[in-house]
Amino acid sequence: MTDLPIAAAEEAVAATATHGNRRTAPFIPLPLTAARATTLAGAVITIASTFMSWTYTTDFPGDLTVSGYPGGLQIMTLIGAILTGVVALGTFGLTGLRWLTPSRTNNGVLLLALATLGTTWYTVIDIAAKLGGLANLDPGGFVAFIGALVLFAGALALPLDRHPEEPADAEYYELGRAEGISAVVRGYAWLREARLHHSELRVPDARKLNRWLQRLVIVVVYALGLKILTFGLATDYSDIFIGYLIVLAVGVWGLSAGGLLKQFQQLTQHNKKFSSTVGVLTAIAYPFAQNNELWANLGASVLIVGTVALGLNIVVGLTGLLDLGYVAFLGVGAYTAALVSGSPFSIWSGTQFPFWAAALAGMGAACVFGVLIGAPTLRLRGDYLAIVTLGFGEIFRIIVRNLDGVSGPKVTNGPNGIAQIPDLSIFGYNLGDTHSVGSFTLGRFANYYLLMLVITIIVVLVFTRAADSRIGRSWIAIREDETAATAMGINGFRVKLVAFALGASLAGLAGTVFAHVTNSVVPDPYVFSGSVPPNSAFLLAAVVLGGMGTVSGPILGAALLYVIPQKLSFLSQYELFAFGIALILIMRFRPEGIIPNRRRQLEFHEDETPAPGNRPMGDDTVPATTAGA
Amino acid sequence: MTTTIPQQPTPADAAAGGTLLQARGVIMRFGGLTAVRNVDLTVNSGEIVGLIGPNGAGKTTFFNCLTGLYVPTEGTVSYRGTVLPPKPHLVTKAGIARTFQNIRLFANMTVLENVLVGRHTRTREGLFSAIVRGPGFHKAERASRERAMELLAFTGLADKAEHLARNLPYGEQRKLEIARALASEPGLLLLDEPTAGMNPQETRATEELVFAIRDQGIAVLVIEHDMRFIFNLCDRVAVLVQGEKLVEGTSEVVQNDERVIAAYLGEPFEGAPADEDGTPAATADDASTTSEQENDR
Repeated sequence: MTDLPIAAAEEAVAATATHGNRRTAPFIPLPLTAARATTLAGAVITIASTFMSWTYTTDFPGDLTVSGYPGGLQIMTLIGAILTGVVALGTFGLTGLRWLTPSRTNNGVLLLALATLGTTWYTVIDIAAKLGGLANLDPGGFVAFIGALVLFAGALALPLDRHPEEPADAEYYELGRAEGISAVVRGYAWLREARLHHSELRVPDARKLNRWLQRLVIVVVYALGLKILTFGLATDYSDIFIGYLIVLAVGVWGLSAGGLLKQFQQLTQHNKKFSSTVGVLTAIAYPFAQNNELWANLGASVLIVGTVALGLNIVVGLTGLLDLGYVAFLGVGAYTAALVSGSPFSIWSGTQFPFWAAALAGMGAACVFGVLIGAPTLRLRGDYLAIVTLGFGEIFRIIVRNLDGVSGPKVTNGPNGIAQIPDLSIFGYNLGDTHSVGSFTLGRFANYYLLMLVITIIVVLVFTRAADSRIGRSWIAIREDETAATAMGINGFRVKLVAFALGASLAGLAGTVFAHVTNSVVPDPYVFSGSVPPNSAFLLAAVVLGGMGTVSGPILGAALLYVIPQKLSFLSQYELFAFGIALILIMRFRPEGIIPNRRRQLEFHEDETPAPGNRPMGDDTVPATTAGA
Repeated sequence: MTTTIPQQPTPADAAAGGTLLQARGVIMRFGGLTAVRNVDLTVNSGEIVGLIGPNGAGKTTFFNCLTGLYVPTEGTVSYRGTVLPPKPHLVTKAGIARTFQNIRLFANMTVLENVLVGRHTRTREGLFSAIVRGPGFHKAERASRERAMELLAFTGLADKAEHLARNLPYGEQRKLEIARALASEPGLLLLDEPTAGMNPQETRATEELVFAIRDQGIAVLVIEHDMRFIFNLCDRVAVLVQGEKLVEGTSEVVQNDERVIAAYLGEPFEGAPADEDGTPAATADDASTTSEQENDR
């Protein structure tokens, strides 16, 4: 990528230095050379420190006592520092590394330095806190502490691209002073003043690269992504996982600040079919990349909740109907599949449907249930609908609890649920058995992961195709302005009912696999909110966190919300609390979700696009206008 | 266009073209308030009819009764001889499209998508064909897009097709609303204050656009406060004051009517509806406020 035209980007940087109230200035006034030298020195010190011993005892997770090579959390610091150093060298103009920051901004360096600082200081403080005092730190720990600080200070002295927000009302500051919280107010004002801004910087067009090179880049990035994912899952201790999360989250933010992510999006957009194929292959490779049933189980569960969240996204994200009882449809699918699975606890214990028939039955039952709930409730709008769906969700669970032969007819076996659901067998391939494929072994959960992957792909296809069509547009129109939509000839009730039924069917489909993966169905998980993932609040949080109206958003959101509590065992008691905090932070700082909708992107990047069809996009949403033919 | 009515420039010819819209004795009450009182209105094909009146006269409420957003308390609205059902989407399907006084675009959709939504009633493909994506689906989508682009070219928005509607300047948002309404292939277009907030040049451009729409054989019923605009444009003008139709006639007739001048300038005189039944002016204002709240809900 070194042969990309940099002149354009340099021009862009020069232009932004004067444009509006955007400007390029350091936080710490230092001569440029001094700032660069400090940054590099910090990187070198930090890298060197990871080869030293940080603590005396092996009590701290990951064994940081060894000199000579890095281990445990030191690896995180090492990766962060190397990345910062290399990217910094690129922005300083070292040929061969310039491609790392296509937009030539130093903001990426600062964010990467922040990632390094975060994980290093976290480690050092964690050592001191866990083992009882700074005495437990070896000199290496102090060197790391200082090195990361020097690195961060150097990055703060680099010229950074900023775009201060308009200052708030003078009255507001007056109020702050009067209330005696002026320090807080001033701090907030400083933050607004300091705001980094790089999303509008221009990036050289990655589509000018050789076609094969583009594809190679896509393959490498996906493979790297899989490697990073399995590395994270393989971390043994929550301490190491936290360090990993810091480096990953802030690091990706830093790389995207430089424009790498934007370029990658251009590439995937340009090679759409190829990149989605590679994406699917990467997902298939996941159970082969590690040989651990626990992770395969994690993968299968993430796909189930992700798929259900994607179904919910049709209702919430596209049509704008807040459904708080959505998990009931997953339950309908799961119970239907359990009843026809041949389980001895089912009232029809003799009947055992083949999987395709069970899946269709689950979908059909959920669809009918969706229409039954939707028909009376969809006449309501907004909050009223939310409350009524919440009620219906609970009604489902309570009915299922009571259909035990005592309080009602015997159908679902009450609170005991339907246990001993046999494993699926598709074309003679029993998903419960361990199979060997070449030198790899696929365990029970790996089999279900692969089955679930097929279903996820189907749901993704249904979602994208439905969204980019007449019906999808009418959903979005209803979400935007229902009155105007009906005045444009849309039968609001019918269109909403279709969305509701489709969302329900997709959840039902996922539910059929869910029943078999967990071996049993019980009424308790299908609540509005609880600590075990498939509940309505969880699914809604996944959609909002990931990005409403997008395809990968809800899946990513579900993955994060599912995996992080699993890896951070100490969080278990505070899971809902952490959910709440995460949602508040997302709403404040990134209301469009982690993966922004294409429409959001348009909003921010419209002026860059003089001609249609020439748009840089993070378009994984709804390929609404281009994919007609 | 479904309606292929030849160009009919003069009102006399237009009358010969047949009745398009006929509202008979429309009454709209909100609780104790009567916002629209026994209004009759006829629009013939190829005509541009103006509806004017002071603020709170019930013009928008009357529009909402015509388009099915409100169910009139009494009276009927018929289009091409058939009584319209009081459902907005069925009214649009029958061939009446409208714009809104306060612009109601689908703000987070692109300009092209907004117009495509307007095509909803004239296309068929449902969920199943969208998922299967057979040749019929692609053909229908392509046809819709072509038609939408034609309309955008007609209103002068073709080069902004990929922009978000919310990011258009005000005047172009108004134009887009008209393009979206035209996409449903109406025989009658209802414009609710199409030039509100526009400068004289933009108003002039809108005037030309309305003439061009009429030349395509679409009748237009327009609410407006800009008198010059109305009198330049309309073949016939109806004046609504406090829910009642005061006068109806050509521009000259309305312009020279004493009662109209009085209604606008507030000069008291004998025979004005407000004096007749003693309804205070505020009542009609309230009614209109209510109607707008209903509208926003």
